Amino acid sequence: MMRHLISAADLTRDEAVLLLDTAEEMARVADRPIKKLPTLRGRTVCNLFFEDSTRTRISFEAAEKRLSADVINFAAKGSSVSKGESLKDTAQTLEAMGVDAVVIRHSASGAPYRLANSGWIDAPVINAGDGTHQHPTQALLDAFTMRRRLVGRDAGLGQDLAGKHITLVGDVLHSRVARSNVDLLHTLGAQVTLVAPPTLLPVGVDHWPADVSYDLDSVLPKSDAVMMLRVQRERMNAAFFPTEREYSRRYGLDGERMAKMPEHAIVMHPGPMVRGMEITAEVADSDRCTVVEQVANGVSIRMAVLYLLLGGNESDAPNPRTEEK
Amino acid sequence: MSKILIRGAKVLGGDAQDVLIDGETIEAVGTGLSAEGAQVVDAEGQILLPGLVDLHTHLREPGREDSETVLTGTRAAAKGGYTSVFAMANTFPVADTAGVVEQVYRLGRQSGYCDVQPIGAVTVGLEGKKLAELGAMHDSAAGVTVFSDDGKCVDDAVIMRRALEYVKAFGGVVAQHAQEPRLTEGAQMNEGIVSAELGLGGWPAVAEESIIARDVLLAEHVGSRVHICHLSTAGSVEIVRWAKSRGIDVTAEVTPHHLLLTDELVRTYNPVYKVNPPLRTERDVMALREALADGTIDIVATDHAPHPHEDKDCEWAAAAMGMVGLETALSVVQQTMVDTGLLTWAEVADRMSFAPARIGRATGHGRPVSAGEPANLTLVDPAYRGAVDPAGFASRSRNTPYEGRELPGRVTHTFLRGRATVVDGNLA
Repeated sequence: MMRHLISAADLTRDEAVLLLDTAEEMARVADRPIKKLPTLRGRTVCNLFFEDSTRTRISFEAAEKRLSADVINFAAKGSSVSKGESLKDTAQTLEAMGVDAVVIRHSASGAPYRLANSGWIDAPVINAGDGTHQHPTQALLDAFTMRRRLVGRDAGLGQDLAGKHITLVGDVLHSRVARSNVDLLHTLGAQVTLVAPPTLLPVGVDHWPADVSYDLDSVLPKSDAVMMLRVQRERMNAAFFPTEREYSRRYGLDGERMAKMPEHAIVMHPGPMVRGMEITAEVADSDRCTVVEQVANGVSIRMAVLYLLLGGNESDAPNPRTEEK
Repeated sequence: MSKILIRGAKVLGGDAQDVLIDGETIEAVGTGLSAEGAQVVDAEGQILLPGLVDLHTHLREPGREDSETVLTGTRAAAKGGYTSVFAMANTFPVADTAGVVEQVYRLGRQSGYCDVQPIGAVTVGLEGKKLAELGAMHDSAAGVTVFSDDGKCVDDAVIMRRALEYVKAFGGVVAQHAQEPRLTEGAQMNEGIVSAELGLGGWPAVAEESIIARDVLLAEHVGSRVHICHLSTAGSVEIVRWAKSRGIDVTAEVTPHHLLLTDELVRTYNPVYKVNPPLRTERDVMALREALADGTIDIVATDHAPHPHEDKDCEWAAAAMGMVGLETALSVVQQTMVDTGLLTWAEVADRMSFAPARIGRATGHGRPVSAGEPANLTLVDPAYRGAVDPAGFASRSRNTPYEGRELPGRVTHTFLRGRATVVDGNLA
């Protein structure tokens, strides 16, 4: 297993499947009356958040606590960082206090990579989202959700997503979720299609392992999962699209569009949703929408990541699964 | 001053000759010159070039003496083989008045390592709104002839037009930092395949090319000459080539780093590769080399941009843009242009001394290596191979993209008006 988790592109197919399988084991813990494992007892994990993100931070914190780690939450606001302290000094300060792993969220693309590769600290680094670059645990929890829904909870063990058609819709340009998902889904054998107005696709997207379409309606009937990406309303002020209404008409998912999807297909969203913009309430609240499941699965995935990066030892696994397909 | 005999150097890469310096001037060039009364420099196997001239240097003084001073910057220049550097105007305060350019000029004279020719700002405070007193800067002791808002683009077409016209009165030239500001808001690196993957804001080639296209047309319209700073894209090369074919009076420079490095290096997120304009693609690098070889691009200029360690020891987005370049420029040019067979040493002398001196009207620099000329000379050992070690830099800053990289060639001696500023690779 790798030392850090910086990018979904760094994972091999077998590593990704091991993470998903391990997350299934972790999910079983959540079904117990006492949702706690002793795996990381005596180890300290710091959630270093330079960017506000309550849901990701809480998800990591829940995962860390279920593994019995000691948790330090560091939010940049109101800290020495807002007084001009550098990322390097902040990280070194934390490590000097005996932190065994750093979970970092940062608005600058590449900040976790720098932290892991500049010799500033020795501790493993887990990327909890950096700028418009990567958000690998999000991609893992999304893949986990897809595998459960499209392959099956038990049938999925040891399996990847070969042959599944996954559609990502929305602001790909500014989305670390899209980048991570394209990388991981490709590694897992899925066929990815990106749907967005051309303004919200990066120059160079033609080199990604994904198809591109500007027409949502034509892609929906062959999609096994449709992931709606959040679109910030302010984007229209920078001329990425003319109005909110026009965006919704062309790229939003409403009940009528959802009906074009195959019956088994699911609707996903990394949250937070902008209801009325990229997704209507009817879709968001439907049974096909996995938003709440994704949140629950996020804790299992983050437990698996922490477990495999820090726990390391297979024999400590709650239900060891050594056989790899 | 005593006499110096440089013995057996290949002058401009040609046949081995002796060059006798007497005082501040070259007394004789020939074979078998007498060493009597002269200190002898054995230059067998080495290349003798006219002292190099850099049309684009940031010396940071006044205002950012923590990154460089005129003294440390000119020492770095001497080590790189330069005898004249043009100091950019984006200091604090900005070099937009006769007072500031005279201060920089005077500091250069005092340093004694390399002549410093200040560049004046085109607009007050580099703000692009109101012309600075260009005539006063020209008439000052500094005698400014090159004007630039470098670091920022003169993006207002009317201001650019007026500046191009106005400096004709005293033979000046505007050096444009071609960067359309709206197209580069939040830009962090070249826009393309790599930026799409890394999630870093893109700096599209068209932001450079559109300004160059506009400015060569403006220069044609008003009959002025215009100089393009740090040209970085294949498309820019095409536009300049077209403009020259039409007889437009345009000159252009390329930096050593744009001749060697590509945006693939940004994958490391190491801000030592963060520079403006950004590192481009392999295709651009090859087009720039070809353009420098065929003369479409006139000169190599370093865009030496020192920054303190903490401004690079951070995450990419927070880091400053720029690289030091004075002490590695000639080695990079040797590797990319000479060792590849694209340029002869005589052509290197043109691209790094004769032509920049001509564009900047630098008197006493960029002169032929012949009797009666000022003894501004650089001696290069082209056989040298060594890894770049920033710890040995004379510059106050260490932000080089070449740390640990093996580069060919080494400046062994630099002479400024007959006085050795560098001896055996060390500052004299």
